[in-house]
Amino acid sequence: MIEGIGVNDFLVVSTIMFFVGVYGFVVRKNLITMLMSVELILNAANINFVVFNKYLFPDMMQGYMFSLFVIGIAAAEAAVAIAIILNVYRNLKNINVEHLDTMKH
Amino acid sequence: MTTDLFQYTVWIPILVFLSFLIVGLSGDKLSNKLAGSISTATISIGMILSYYTAYEYFLVHGNINGVYETLLPFNMEWLSFSDTLSINMGIYLDPISVMMLVVVTTISTMVHIYSFGYMEGEEGFNRFYSFLSLFSFSMLGLVVATNIFQMYVFWELVGVSSFLLIGYYYYKDSAVSASKKAFIVTRFADFFFLVGILILGYYTGTFDFIELTDSAGSAIGSFAGVSFLGIGALTWALTLIFIGGAGKSAMFPLHIWLPDAMEGPTPVSALIHAATMVVAGVYLVARLFVMFVLGSPEALEVVMWVGALSALFAALIAITQTDIKRVLAFSTMSQIGYMMLALGVSGYGGEDGLGYTASMFHLFTHAMFKALLFLGAGSIIHAVHSNEMGDMGNLRKHLPITHATFLIAALAISGIPVFSGFFSKDEILAAAYASNKIVFFIGWAVAGLTAFYMFRLYYSIFWNGEKAYEHTPHEAGPSMTFPLMFLAFMAAVAGFIPFSEFVSPDGLPYHAHFHWNIAIPSVLIAVAGIWVATMMYKNPSSKPDGVMAKIPLFYKWSHRKFYMDEVWVFFVHKIIFKLVAWPIAWFDKKVVDGSFDGMAWVTNKVSDKIKGFQSGQLQQYAVTMVMGLLGFALTLLYWMSK
Repeated sequence: MIEGIGVNDFLVVSTIMFFVGVYGFVVRKNLITMLMSVELILNAANINFVVFNKYLFPDMMQGYMFSLFVIGIAAAEAAVAIAIILNVYRNLKNINVEHLDTMKH
Repeated sequence: MTTDLFQYTVWIPILVFLSFLIVGLSGDKLSNKLAGSISTATISIGMILSYYTAYEYFLVHGNINGVYETLLPFNMEWLSFSDTLSINMGIYLDPISVMMLVVVTTISTMVHIYSFGYMEGEEGFNRFYSFLSLFSFSMLGLVVATNIFQMYVFWELVGVSSFLLIGYYYYKDSAVSASKKAFIVTRFADFFFLVGILILGYYTGTFDFIELTDSAGSAIGSFAGVSFLGIGALTWALTLIFIGGAGKSAMFPLHIWLPDAMEGPTPVSALIHAATMVVAGVYLVARLFVMFVLGSPEALEVVMWVGALSALFAALIAITQTDIKRVLAFSTMSQIGYMMLALGVSGYGGEDGLGYTASMFHLFTHAMFKALLFLGAGSIIHAVHSNEMGDMGNLRKHLPITHATFLIAALAISGIPVFSGFFSKDEILAAAYASNKIVFFIGWAVAGLTAFYMFRLYYSIFWNGEKAYEHTPHEAGPSMTFPLMFLAFMAAVAGFIPFSEFVSPDGLPYHAHFHWNIAIPSVLIAVAGIWVATMMYKNPSSKPDGVMAKIPLFYKWSHRKFYMDEVWVFFVHKIIFKLVAWPIAWFDKKVVDGSFDGMAWVTNKVSDKIKGFQSGQLQQYAVTMVMGLLGFALTLLYWMSK
């Protein structure tokens, strides 16, 4: 419990972060920036996990554990995603997402 | 145990099957000589084993307390459907199956040897031998079948090998259509056979011959009181099974495939379409004879009339045919008619079973002399390069061995005393005389016709003036003349085997005596037939034309085989195709295919319209997903708040 800061304030922050992430994912054309947006989305979710755990069920650990999992998976995902992006760049000399449409119908 | 002594018999079919696998799978990698030798060696071993089996069975071990017992030296479960229904494969030894083993392996070995000369230099020599082995294996499996299902399986296998061998010259249109015709007609008949088997199995609960043909058993009784359309179920079952047998044995009106089957190489005609496969129908009726005679005399009467009619019908056609192999084909049909007739007039037990004995006896002697006739015809065709009687004449000077052996066979089939056909035909006519006078007279008349058309054939080939040959015909090598001489020996002496001591419906040997009152008229009519043929065909003359001119209508009908082919074409095209096949084809094309085509069409159109969604733009997908998720979440919220 943190004095003076209610659970709503945290949720407002995490919601903003989430939608900033979604916006970035949809609008930015560079794959690296899109990856950064995904990180924002993940971390918004993390904040929610931690806050709900802290405020609603202080004597339990699941929320913390989950957020740790998410951090771990996000790290792995970032490694894989960057590897893919590097390979895309090597093959196509381009990481603009609008031009990566060879798999369309 | 006696049964254990015969366990080696399982190797007779297996060896032949191995030869089929080796020769068939190695293709042209084996030299012709080696492939032919493998096939011939295995079937020869089979022949030796069969002779040994016959000796052991008939003379040493088979006769237990005066009865020829049925032995099952080998029997294993092959398909198991349920606790009560399973199908076995095995070896079934009783007098007729042992006799058939001897017949099949003897004729097959002779044909294998003969083909060395006849098929020399032909393309596909190895293929020919592998098919011969396949056929021999199937036929051996058929004769030793322990149950009716095993018989059915091998029944179809002989059909397939017959198909393959008739169509051996697959680049000839006529051979291809002949093989198709043979296969379709016999398959059509086999459909009835299968229905018959199922009826039999349904009521008796067993497929095993040993239970079905137990005269004291319950199999026949299990049909009591069951009838359909006023005819007993057993009669239905046996008649349907007989239709299958009639198809294979070329009985009227399912005989139309046999003359065309002569498109195959001549050794094949000798083996399959004269001596072994075509008598499978007779063998089938004989195998179920106890059921026929004790359970359903009506079905046996059908057998009798079909046999008598076929014998007469085929003999009438044979007298006007000019292709020597076709004459022999119709002669085969006529003689098989005799065998069926003999089964049809037979009774059960003691001397009443003479017809059954005579039928098997005639099967045995006929196999020898008819195979000989065909092999002789093959030797003639080999020398003259033609099937037409008109191209032959005076060949006795050029082909002395063929001439002598052919003459022996012709005398045997005509029923001239001391040759084998005389004895078996005499027993058939005696049995017919004791049972049904009309059938006897048909058989007697056919004996005269047989003598006439055989000697018409004989004189046209071997006498009747010299023809201009492209090159002088000469006798073939020993591989072709040895089988002729061997079979001629058999055809001459096989009649002295006391068949009734070995083969009878109930397994009890009896002594068949000679029937002077039958033998004299039947020899007289045979001699009369030969005499007429001598008058007409020994020397070139206008007499045949004169006779032809007197009976033009009969000549034309007989020459055109009484228009049976046309009748079938009419039946198939106008009735089956128009009334059955056409509506079914329409339904299949329009309704079945139409509904599936419609579904495919709809799928195709829809995918055409919506494939633009698959744009490849990652962010478009993301927006769609987020929007969808939002929409879903809002709907959920709205729905929950209500």
